[in-house]
Amino acid sequence: MNIVVCVKYVPDATADRQFESDNTVDRVGVDGLLSELDEYAVEQALQLKEKAGDDTEVTALCIGPEKAVDAVRKALQMGADKGVHVSDDAIAGSDYAATSLVLAKAIEKIGQPDVVMCGMASTDASGGVVPAMLAERLGLPQVTLAAVVETQGGQVRIKRDGDTATEVIGGTMPLVLSVTDQSGEARYPSFKGIMAAKKKPLETWSLGDIGVDAGQVGLDAAWTTVEDTTARPPRTAGEIVKDEDGSGATALVEFLASKKFI
Amino acid sequence: MSEVLVLVDHVDGAVRKPTYELLAIAKRLGEPSAVFIGGADKAAEVAEKVKAYGAEKVYVVDDAQIKGYLVAPKAEVLQQLAEKVSPAAILIPSSAEGKEIGARLSIKLESGLITDAVDVTSDGVATQSVFAGNFTLQGKVTKGTPIITVKPNSAAPEEGAGAGTVEEFAATISDAAKKAQIVAAQPRQATGRPELTEAAIVVSGGRGTGGNFEPVEGLADALGAAVGASRAAVDSGWKPHTFQVGQTGKTVSPQLYVANGISGAIQHRAGMQTSKTIVAVNKDEEAPIFELVDFGVVGDLHTVLPAATAEITKRKG
Repeated sequence: MNIVVCVKYVPDATADRQFESDNTVDRVGVDGLLSELDEYAVEQALQLKEKAGDDTEVTALCIGPEKAVDAVRKALQMGADKGVHVSDDAIAGSDYAATSLVLAKAIEKIGQPDVVMCGMASTDASGGVVPAMLAERLGLPQVTLAAVVETQGGQVRIKRDGDTATEVIGGTMPLVLSVTDQSGEARYPSFKGIMAAKKKPLETWSLGDIGVDAGQVGLDAAWTTVEDTTARPPRTAGEIVKDEDGSGATALVEFLASKKFI
Repeated sequence: MSEVLVLVDHVDGAVRKPTYELLAIAKRLGEPSAVFIGGADKAAEVAEKVKAYGAEKVYVVDDAQIKGYLVAPKAEVLQQLAEKVSPAAILIPSSAEGKEIGARLSIKLESGLITDAVDVTSDGVATQSVFAGNFTLQGKVTKGTPIITVKPNSAAPEEGAGAGTVEEFAATISDAAKKAQIVAAQPRQATGRPELTEAAIVVSGGRGTGGNFEPVEGLADALGAAVGASRAAVDSGWKPHTFQVGQTGKTVSPQLYVANGISGAIQHRAGMQTSKTIVAVNKDEEAPIFELVDFGVVGDLHTVLPAATAEITKRKG
């Protein structure tokens, strides 16, 4: 089996994230790392491999600037077999559509995957639409937002919390699969894994290597534009009271009444 | 004026509130046309409902051939309809399925997609809230037909009858679109409380409940609110994941959010920071949630909430 897991390098969500003057995400001023939500995708890819046996290969695929290779390295340390990092200055500022194009072209070059594994969303843009776009571009079905993944041969069944019901969804490989943070704790790289990762193949590809024209991607080719970004004004400090002998409840009710919630 | 397609959000023909919100936004952009993909026997009933909120046209697409298949067939329906009527925009509810329909449609139509909009102006500028609610973006689609997925509570539904002309639309669905299928579904049990993402008031509980949600639910019912939970409470198995408010759960933006026994980690803030009024009850006066609140009580939720609930019930008489 051939599994490609898409991993994104994102600004640390616990840091002070900012935008650049051109309204793109500041990916330099803030420390980056493998998106936490993609760790679950790596974990599920590795579990599929462990279940399917040794002839399964897991390729970690990342698009991003030079530093983004850290996300691929982390996936290799966790246990992925090889890494591909697509890096090209022309990609900067790409929107969902261009991102999915570059991913799709890179996946075609990697070879026929049985499963393209993704996290539920990135922790920066958090749109959650790239897996479906990728499925559309690759002509594959998508089975997304899995809380539980089960496979039997080429059959995939997932459980998920749908919009209005708890659902079991079935599909047949090849397909695009996305998993949530409910799918199971992601493993930490072991010392052995960290050492082994240094010897694993890791290729860096340019747009030319995957047959994408620079004019198809980046900020200027985006199908959407961000006209303005505004930091939300900090909330002004509210009133804090200490509860003593029931005073807290009374004060709380007074506040709610003053705001006409009662 | 051009048509604006609105994908009707419904469960077996029961129209959900975000549909009416989308129709209100569609009126700003052009003439609202509702697109109902569902059972033909429900069409008349749905048409009456969306007409009352301004739908000029109602496209009915019988889903007999595609029922149970996810996302892809609906994207094909919207693609074929868009190619026929050349709409000014396509509005889709920002549900999990809605966003994925938008994603596939965007590639099919080579048109820009904006997700999770919380407002859309008459000139098509969409507002989004990003980075855990710390930033607001104004964005616009610059290529093709704007496809915008809109979050619940982003506009007030506007009553006012449209023409509501019903037109049947027969789409051709490819076999490739019928590859991912719902094989079983367990509809959510009705709680008798408002839907979390649509509620005007949300009362949530976290680790500090110790697993006892009775005080939280008591206050929620006194206020007519929905009940939410932090990730800590969900991971502890105290509430199902469908109650989770935060980065990997629901994003809510109610008039009032009451956080009880919730510390206020960035992941939780991402799901509630844009609430209009925020109240917290927490034993730990150092809890970061207190940085966000309009009003906070440092105290034990197990005593504060029942007392507050009793007082509210008394006042309501």
